[in-house]
Amino acid sequence: MFAYYLRLALLQMRKTPVVSALMVCAIAFGIAACMTFTNISYMLFRDPIPHKSAALFAVQLDSWSPNVPADQDPPQQLTYMDASALMRERRAHRQAAMVRTHLVVEPQGADVRPFAAAGRATYADFFAMFDVPFLFGGPWDAPADERPLRVVVLSRSTNDRLFGGEDSVGRVCVLNGNEFRVVGVIDEWKPMPKFYDAGGGLVSPPADLFLPFEQMVALRLPRRGNTSCWKPPGDGFAAFLASECVWIQFWVELRNNAERDEYLAYLDSYASEQKRIGRFERPLDNRLSDVDQWLADNNDAREPALLLLGVGVMFLVVCLLNTVGLLLAKFLGRAPEIGLRRALGASKRALFLQHLVETGCIGALGGALGVALTWIALRGVDALFGGIVADLLVFAGPMVAVAVGLAIVAALTAGLYPTWRACNVPAAALLKTQ
Amino acid sequence: MQIGPVFRALRRSKIGAALVALQVACTMTVAVNSWSIVQAQIQLEGQPSGLPEAEIFHISSSGFASGFNAKTSVLDDLALLRQTPGVVAATVVNTVPLSGSGWATSVRTTPYPEQDAPAAAVYMMDEHGVATFGVELIAGRDFTAEDVRERGPAVSDYPDTAILSAAMVRRLWPEASVDDVVGRVIYTSDATPTTMVGVVALLVAPWPVVDNPELTMLVPDKLMVDNVQYLVRTEPDRVDELMPLVEEQLARANRGRIVRAPSSMADTRARGYREVRGFATILVVVTAALLFVTVLGIAGLAAYNVRRRTKEIGTRRALGARKRDILGYFLTEISLISSVGVAFGAALTVAFNVALVQNIPDMPKLQWHFVPLGAIAMWLVGLLAVLPPARRASDVPPAVATRTV
Repeated sequence: MFAYYLRLALLQMRKTPVVSALMVCAIAFGIAACMTFTNISYMLFRDPIPHKSAALFAVQLDSWSPNVPADQDPPQQLTYMDASALMRERRAHRQAAMVRTHLVVEPQGADVRPFAAAGRATYADFFAMFDVPFLFGGPWDAPADERPLRVVVLSRSTNDRLFGGEDSVGRVCVLNGNEFRVVGVIDEWKPMPKFYDAGGGLVSPPADLFLPFEQMVALRLPRRGNTSCWKPPGDGFAAFLASECVWIQFWVELRNNAERDEYLAYLDSYASEQKRIGRFERPLDNRLSDVDQWLADNNDAREPALLLLGVGVMFLVVCLLNTVGLLLAKFLGRAPEIGLRRALGASKRALFLQHLVETGCIGALGGALGVALTWIALRGVDALFGGIVADLLVFAGPMVAVAVGLAIVAALTAGLYPTWRACNVPAAALLKTQ
Repeated sequence: MQIGPVFRALRRSKIGAALVALQVACTMTVAVNSWSIVQAQIQLEGQPSGLPEAEIFHISSSGFASGFNAKTSVLDDLALLRQTPGVVAATVVNTVPLSGSGWATSVRTTPYPEQDAPAAAVYMMDEHGVATFGVELIAGRDFTAEDVRERGPAVSDYPDTAILSAAMVRRLWPEASVDDVVGRVIYTSDATPTTMVGVVALLVAPWPVVDNPELTMLVPDKLMVDNVQYLVRTEPDRVDELMPLVEEQLARANRGRIVRAPSSMADTRARGYREVRGFATILVVVTAALLFVTVLGIAGLAAYNVRRRTKEIGTRRALGARKRDILGYFLTEISLISSVGVAFGAALTVAFNVALVQNIPDMPKLQWHFVPLGAIAMWLVGLLAVLPPARRASDVPPAVATRTV
């Protein structure tokens, strides 16, 4: 029976090609708009590290100027003094201070020219805390955090570029004229959004290499990212390190609420201690934000994405209204024929099913076309933003299934009222006019 | 045109009419709000930087070799740049307008900290800086070689002289005219005084999207650090030709560093506003697609109705209705539907905008005249969509009525 209805549906669609094409297009457009914006929003709102996002916290200490209104949020970053103190005491399960740096890598072969690389200076806990997958080797040992050991962890692409993708553990890598020993190579690792570097762009490319924080300080490698000072730091590097300038991001891993409360208490006691020596002149306002909270506070792209999602839904609504109107006109226009079939013994149920199959066909076609349009639209969005969102856009099997499913459901919903009207056509009245 | 019969006919197909009206309302809501947002973004993107952008490019140098001498490198590079034919002026800078990252400092008129000291974006340059930036000096004087100091790494204070943008001057001394303020003393983050020697008409901050982009300060600090940028001003239309040449020359002159990221100001501007532009483009495309769907929907529905009513139209024509009357019937019908649609749409548009402004930071408030303009536009769109099927309806010959009974 279903096959028969399907054949009937295709026949009907061929009989009114323009109206049918219009409905398919309308559904395709609506689905494409919805899917495109859902995709973008999903990428912006998704949890970048789902299995432990509730255990990772960004640390904020209110070391800011007493002259700034008290209701202002504490700075997003820490001073070197505070970051070093927290790293020394190691009160959290895991902790890592971090900052972006900028380096020039000199490959050993004479034919490869030196190239600029984005580095992240951090502590060994970084890798365990954020579950960074390793291809070769592993993180540096904890002592390298304190002792001046020149060790480096490379990203997969840097390792490909420098060592042709071989296991390079133990080999030498020259950074800004200094020899570093490779201890590990990480596999592809792109948490998206890049939650741990709020000031550095949540969709910016991952670091090319990682090195111990204290090495970066010892070699005075150039810092990247924001540096904010409320008090002039004074001249010279030593003065900068001892200044009230904030430039370091600090993350901790706390496994449960008890650890979290304990750590916050520790931060407050640290701040109180600092108050005694004349720092931290503002009211106590130290914060621990988990990944979710941190992204909610720092991801500026979220609200515009929501706006687009709203527009996308509105678009789908318009397309469905469109379809309902066209279906209504089409089905009612067929009233004499329906009347005839009723008179020949077709039950209301059979007619209802028949029209539902026809609507479903339109939906399926619209969905398929919508998937193609979504694909084009996502390429377009990626081109508009200069490729930086390429990683943001996943377009996989499940999405296709969801799109086609949504299209069929949407079309059926749109078709319910017209179908119901069509089935309730008074047969006798229509037959009379034939 | 008599509205009565049209209205009575509509009452018999309430649902169909309501569907079209709702479509018109939703489309109007999206279109008007999108247009309002896009207009604000176009304004943002079109704001002038104060630079003759077509004549300027910039390029970075990162020293890395162990024996690298930042000072000689900068001096050699500047000499090389300045003797390159086609280069009008060149300077070493800490950052470039619209490039996205830069420095800022608070600027005060007293040495004591005030709570509301405005922040100025800082541009460091040597005595060729003003000529290279191509900004217009409207009061005071340019920097001289005596003003310029060499700035090594980890220096935190600012030199003895500075030039401010006119917007910064107005912010600090709202009452005074620019000529009167030249020579006054300002204080940056510390208590050491800086003399303001000149005022430039306009120079925007390095951040493309920022509150008060015109609050800027120029200082005669010649950077001598490992990572520097050079700003180069060329003769008209020679940026594209000179940029690769300069990159090549600099790379060859000193192999203890890498030369990277050459970019014309035009490209820097495009990059700076890429997200703004991308967002606006999405809205424009979506609105266009939505209008397309709506027009096709209205036209398709009208075409269908025309075909369904062919017999009635033929009858009317046979009874003496003119072509104009038939055309008028359909246009009146869509006008009635559209009127209801735009009335509802106006309310929905305002409600949507209120929701946007409340929930999304920096959303522009809808200017009131957008609503009637949008309503008129939607009304016309409806008429245009119905026009082709209505024309076809008016071409139905009266004989149809007699032929098919």
